[in-house]
Amino acid sequence: MDHPVNQPDIQQAMLDQQKSDQRRKHILNLVLLALLLIAPAVIYPVFLMKILCFSLFAVAFNLLLGFTGLLSFGHAAFLATGSYTTGYLLSNYSGLTTEMGIIVGTAAATVLGVLFAVVAIRRQGIYFAMITLALAQLVYFMFVQAPFTGGEDGMHGVPRGHLFGFIDLENNLAMYYFVLAVFLGGYLLVQRVVGSPFGQVLKAIKQNEPRAISLGYNVNQYKVLAFVMSAGLAGLAGSVKTVVFQLASLNDAHWHMSGEVILMTLLGGTGTLLGPVVGATFVVNLEYQLSQGPLGDWVDPILGAIFVLTVIAFRSGIVGEIQKFVRKNMG
Amino acid sequence: MSMILGVPVAVLFGQLLLGIINGAFYALLSLGLAVIFGLLKIINFAHGAMYMLGAMVTVIMFDAMGINYWVALFLAPLVVGCFGVLLEYFLLRRIAGQDHIYSLLLTFGVALMIQGILTNIFGVSGMRYSMPDIFQGGFKLDFMFLPYYRAWVIFMALLVCFGTWFMIEKTKLGSYLRAGTEDAQLMQGFGINVPLLISLTYGFGVMIAAFAGVLAAPIYSVTPVMGSNILIVVFAVVVIGGMGSIAGAIITGLLMGVIEGFTKVFYPEFASAVIFLVMVVVLLIRPSGLFGKEA
Repeated sequence: MDHPVNQPDIQQAMLDQQKSDQRRKHILNLVLLALLLIAPAVIYPVFLMKILCFSLFAVAFNLLLGFTGLLSFGHAAFLATGSYTTGYLLSNYSGLTTEMGIIVGTAAATVLGVLFAVVAIRRQGIYFAMITLALAQLVYFMFVQAPFTGGEDGMHGVPRGHLFGFIDLENNLAMYYFVLAVFLGGYLLVQRVVGSPFGQVLKAIKQNEPRAISLGYNVNQYKVLAFVMSAGLAGLAGSVKTVVFQLASLNDAHWHMSGEVILMTLLGGTGTLLGPVVGATFVVNLEYQLSQGPLGDWVDPILGAIFVLTVIAFRSGIVGEIQKFVRKNMG
Repeated sequence: MSMILGVPVAVLFGQLLLGIINGAFYALLSLGLAVIFGLLKIINFAHGAMYMLGAMVTVIMFDAMGINYWVALFLAPLVVGCFGVLLEYFLLRRIAGQDHIYSLLLTFGVALMIQGILTNIFGVSGMRYSMPDIFQGGFKLDFMFLPYYRAWVIFMALLVCFGTWFMIEKTKLGSYLRAGTEDAQLMQGFGINVPLLISLTYGFGVMIAAFAGVLAAPIYSVTPVMGSNILIVVFAVVVIGGMGSIAGAIITGLLMGVIEGFTKVFYPEFASAVIFLVMVVVLLIRPSGLFGKEA
């Protein structure tokens, strides 16, 4: 006679599994943090800052795609809004401290996020993607026409200024640790949100929206809130990026950028916290390496090929596949 | 010269005509998208690239082999259609049944590849393609001048639109297609080769886009990037019209072209944005689109 499996045993096993998962994650996070802290000694800080900015952008995007199941094809609009707002403020109001410029830029992107969400939330799935793409194109045209963006030339020579009025950000190391702090803040915020009861509802919406509705959740409210948060964080990434590179350009607003952040997230692993960071690091690195070699003009087709390959062969992304492998082989 | 709202009539009708032409292209492209969406339930992000391929193939065939416009009108869509069938067979089929988001991303990747590769070979500056001599000149109407070629574009676009509508709504093949849209599994049970039907449908939708590309070759600048911007506008058109009906896609396409044309007369800076604003308004009032059925 077969013995029925003991229920408490299974629960205990699951708890153990969770605990060992958690422990591994803690160790990994600490190692990564240590690496990020000493990295500028080895790697050019501006390059690292670029990776951190795009990582934050992808982490923000993933809050939506990975944890709510909404595909936005218009996130470039938020990146650019943060970028242009901060650039404009810091260029024209010299009394402004850097962090004020960044805060207002983030706020502007958040407001835009509310507008987008109110319109786009009315449709689901691929319609949602098309609508966000069209809205972002509208924003793109506005930036092309607007008198303050510098049109095709963009904004140049944005001063980095002083953080809190006394830390000189012209120093690349000071700038690096500031960007790192912002990135960690954004990352931890998303981690906190995803782990909260609110985040659990988002996951429920992702897995089965009609069921979440029938359980009494006001699904649209949750989706709007997730969208606005994601937009705000994307704006923050744009604002910081402008301060780092001292420029804002139409590239940030183009649909190409919206596609790139999708690729970063997908390639790294949607629905994992670390995935977008890995994806962003990979894509930024790849673009840099390609631009140095004879394949400089082939960035687009290569990115396209990676897109196709990722969708066909490994939809879980780099981090997702590693997680699967670790779970299978290390218990 | 007579004026309407402070604008010379000739200017007004001129922009109206340009609007109808643009609208004809929007209609052709959103029609193809709607056909593909019907059976495959995917939004073909590579649609703009297929439109571009239609135009590029026309120009390349002429430059390399001297193949003229009339042959290209059939041959270019056929070539691109075959390419579409291969694409469906080798790539899209592998992710059938997955979340629709993935097919959108897959076709986006394909579009990036096609556009990027052609940009590297041909550059982004426009390639010249002259129309056949028979189209030189035009009708002189009382209030405007209508070039023959523009009239031809409108005529052909309407013909293809009507033909597609007729085929889907009134023929046996069309009834298979509509049945497949309702319940593909049941269709398979009735002994119809659904995978083949899906491949052909994708090929057909892509052919319409390529056909639009051939029509566009003599009047628009032919470049590898010509498809990407028009595609986003067509997406907005599709959202406005809703994917519910073939006729809806056609009417909305033409209507949006005309609205865009009029905007060019009265407020030119705003012309490239007006369709997106219409989309916003429609979404706020009628989220399922003008002709959409589902919520």
